[in-house]
Amino acid sequence: MSSTNVFQRVPRHLRGWVLPAAILLVWWAAVAGGWSTSPLLVSPAAVWQRGVTQVASGELWVALSASLWRMGWGFAIGAAAGLAVGALLGWSRWAERLVGPSFHTLKQISLFAWIPMLSMWFGLGDASKVAFVAMAAFFPVVLNTFEGLRSVPREYLEVARVYEFSVAQTLARVVAPAAAPSLFTGIQLSLIYAWLATLGAEYLLASGKGLGNTLIDGREHFWMDLVLFGVVVIGLVGFALNWLLAAAERRLLAWRDRTVAKY
Amino acid sequence: MAIPALNAAGPGGLAAPPAGHSVASAPLAPAATRRASWAWAWRWLWAWPFPLAVLALWQLSAVGGWVPEQVLPPPAAVFKVFAELLASGELWDHLTISLVRVAGGFGIGLVLGLLLGGAMGLSPTFRDYVFPLFKAFSQVPVIGWLPLLILLVGIDEGLKFLLIAKAALVPVAINTCQGIENVPNRLVEVARVYGYTRWQMLHKVVFPAATAPIWNGVRYGLTHAWLALVVVELLASSEGIGFLIVYGRQLFQLDVVLAAVVAVGIVGFFIDKLLAATEAWLLRWRKPGL
Repeated sequence: MSSTNVFQRVPRHLRGWVLPAAILLVWWAAVAGGWSTSPLLVSPAAVWQRGVTQVASGELWVALSASLWRMGWGFAIGAAAGLAVGALLGWSRWAERLVGPSFHTLKQISLFAWIPMLSMWFGLGDASKVAFVAMAAFFPVVLNTFEGLRSVPREYLEVARVYEFSVAQTLARVVAPAAAPSLFTGIQLSLIYAWLATLGAEYLLASGKGLGNTLIDGREHFWMDLVLFGVVVIGLVGFALNWLLAAAERRLLAWRDRTVAKY
Repeated sequence: MAIPALNAAGPGGLAAPPAGHSVASAPLAPAATRRASWAWAWRWLWAWPFPLAVLALWQLSAVGGWVPEQVLPPPAAVFKVFAELLASGELWDHLTISLVRVAGGFGIGLVLGLLLGGAMGLSPTFRDYVFPLFKAFSQVPVIGWLPLLILLVGIDEGLKFLLIAKAALVPVAINTCQGIENVPNRLVEVARVYGYTRWQMLHKVVFPAATAPIWNGVRYGLTHAWLALVVVELLASSEGIGFLIVYGRQLFQLDVVLAAVVAVGIVGFFIDKLLAATEAWLLRWRKPGL
């Protein structure tokens, strides 16, 4: 444990940068040294340059806003429907008995397999894409809402009954807080899936604008710099979403830590 | 005895496998076993009215001509195509190709994910160096890597294996790493008091305690692998179950598309059952503790 090697002498906050820097250096050396004549080997500077033009011409903004708009609508529709269905399944044993097994079977169908069907029903435009994103957002919300409601301890409900809470009071004061962490997990997963589905929809239903279409553009013209730039932007959006969700969770579920700390 | 066993099956809901039932009910009195199997039959019976009603409505809409057949072929037509594809062996051929791809890609992703996650979980120094890059890598979904990889490795089998492996690797690595990190400190302390060697510590304490989260990662990994397979086959393949869907779509034969979608669902269903049964077997030691 106490033996210090080279790796342990680097300060902790710098360690994460070592590998990316090394990769960038090798990449740059590969281009500068002319290791390969392939047109696919573009320099980091070219990717940067492409990024600057994409931002300056406003193309990035058009693509990004189109993608985020689709994701937003699909997520809103899918999550709202998911909350409703999940709540119904969690609240009523009968609903769960009747619909639950069908839902779990339907869930097994790989999401992307629906895209060709959706394109037949809704065309290649935004309707198909939003419908697909909504489907992707729907399933995790249903599952986690259901799990959340079912995991509310029976004792809590008994206490509520003893105090003669109305149904609305029970829901607002007992069920919702107890199920909140699981609900939040559902929303979180659903947003990540919505983002994945947005890219998938844009990529598979190639029409209009969007980040997925930026990637297709780059691939079709063999513009490696555009493809790499698109990958970076996609990664950054993913990062931003995760960061937002983590911040929201800390704020919304702050009481959870407090209650534990009281004991 | 009965209550913890039932609770163990409870949160898993419908995923509770028949294998788990027989394990749980073995020590119970015969009456309780009979009651449990009645409950199971009851659940099973109630699962049917809803899908049958949907199917009936669907068939009725085709018979009544409410929806044109090109938009929604009747279930009977889908079933007929499914049976034909099955009889001609075509469906089986496509499925075999797809399953080989999933197995190969998932195998690679699983081994790499376990190694990477294990190394990150066991060595904080390694984690410091690798985790940020890994995180960045995992932020870009499979679809994002696809065009890049198509340019780099072409659209042959290599592409499919790589993407499926990536899809499986990320959840496996993350869950393995977190599973090992979250091993309760008190367990490690007890082991230290007993003077366990490093190997004993790993073998007897860390790995058993981390089995459940690691297994979770494996489950997610397989689900993601199956998702990725369909994406790759939809986009860049001339065979496989995903291709069958695209092919049907191109010919405007929605019955073929739907039959293939049904096949995708059936395979997904069996993968899920297989995983649930494996989980019950892997974590069988945990039952009395709960």
